[in-house]
Amino acid sequence: MSFINYSAREISCKIVYYGPGLCGKTTNLQHIYKKISPDSKGKMISLATETERTLFFDFLPLALGEIKGFKVRFHLYTVPGQIFYDASRKLILRGVDGVIFVADSQVERMDANLESMENLIKNLKEHGFDLEELPYVIQYNKRDLPNAVSPEELNDALNPRKVPAYDAVAPTGEGVFETLKHVAKLVIMELKQKS
Amino acid sequence: MLNPGLVLFEEDSRLIDKELKKLNELARAKVSFLVDKDGQLISSMGETGDIDTTSLASLTAGNIAATGGMAKLLGEKEFSILFHEGEKDNIHISLVGQRAILVVVFDDRSSLGLIRLRVKRSVAALAAVFDNLAKKIEKSNAQEGGQSPFQEITEEDIESLFG
Repeated sequence: MSFINYSAREISCKIVYYGPGLCGKTTNLQHIYKKISPDSKGKMISLATETERTLFFDFLPLALGEIKGFKVRFHLYTVPGQIFYDASRKLILRGVDGVIFVADSQVERMDANLESMENLIKNLKEHGFDLEELPYVIQYNKRDLPNAVSPEELNDALNPRKVPAYDAVAPTGEGVFETLKHVAKLVIMELKQKS
Repeated sequence: MLNPGLVLFEEDSRLIDKELKKLNELARAKVSFLVDKDGQLISSMGETGDIDTTSLASLTAGNIAATGGMAKLLGEKEFSILFHEGEKDNIHISLVGQRAILVVVFDDRSSLGLIRLRVKRSVAALAAVFDNLAKKIEKSNAQEGGQSPFQEITEEDIESLFG
């Protein structure tokens, strides 16, 4: 959960990118890391296997600016998408303030998307969170691929609540910052409501 | 929500810094950190110059979370102490109540025995700070109309973050 430090005048919030294996969570973070100015970012940490699959998590700290005299920091995490890393995925959701679900738009990954979404709901529940109450945004990634399902179909399958959803092509950066910005706004609004 | 966010006031922050400074000196450690279990750095003391404290905090929390997961699988409540031995530097990690993690980095100017002894005392002192903090927050939540600087956040404030 958010950490408000009155002494250092800082607020830190945790945002987690969730989704099936190879959907582009790490690519989202890599794009943000590449594009954001050096004074607004820390080091990006990737705990990955030798074949560059996420083993535990990726971590990217951002310090975007100030609100009401408090420095606002966002800590971005990804989870490992592969099914057998469920124990690790669960751990990363601890203390989450906002979630971005990255869906793979390819038709053959629809089952994987649905499975990952169910897994997200279940793992959040184990931490006492309800996805319905959490700042939450969906990203439909890989929109540039010829086998991409239409956004309407993706919405029907993955977004019954009609939360904000963004089309994206993570390697080119399309939709990456829009998604992050929206969830960051929701997180800060939540902080305001709780205060 | 199950876990309320962590709030740290100046007075508590001073007490934590004071305890970490004392620990660092008495244990002859290089650096002492206090990290929230969610991965946020609370305070650091000592030779922090070339250490990426933000990353270290996040990795420590991941480490503790993974160890906690292993403990559960084995039917243990938790493993409250972790120790990593390196060629030059070593890391001693211990839980402070249910909320924080104390990390001490030391080299051959100190010893594991001395670190363990001093950490044990500091953990008790730091746990007391967090207990008081929890009581303080409970009390302030119970009082109506507490002024928070975040009540007046506007859409424009948020927009300004993203330039």
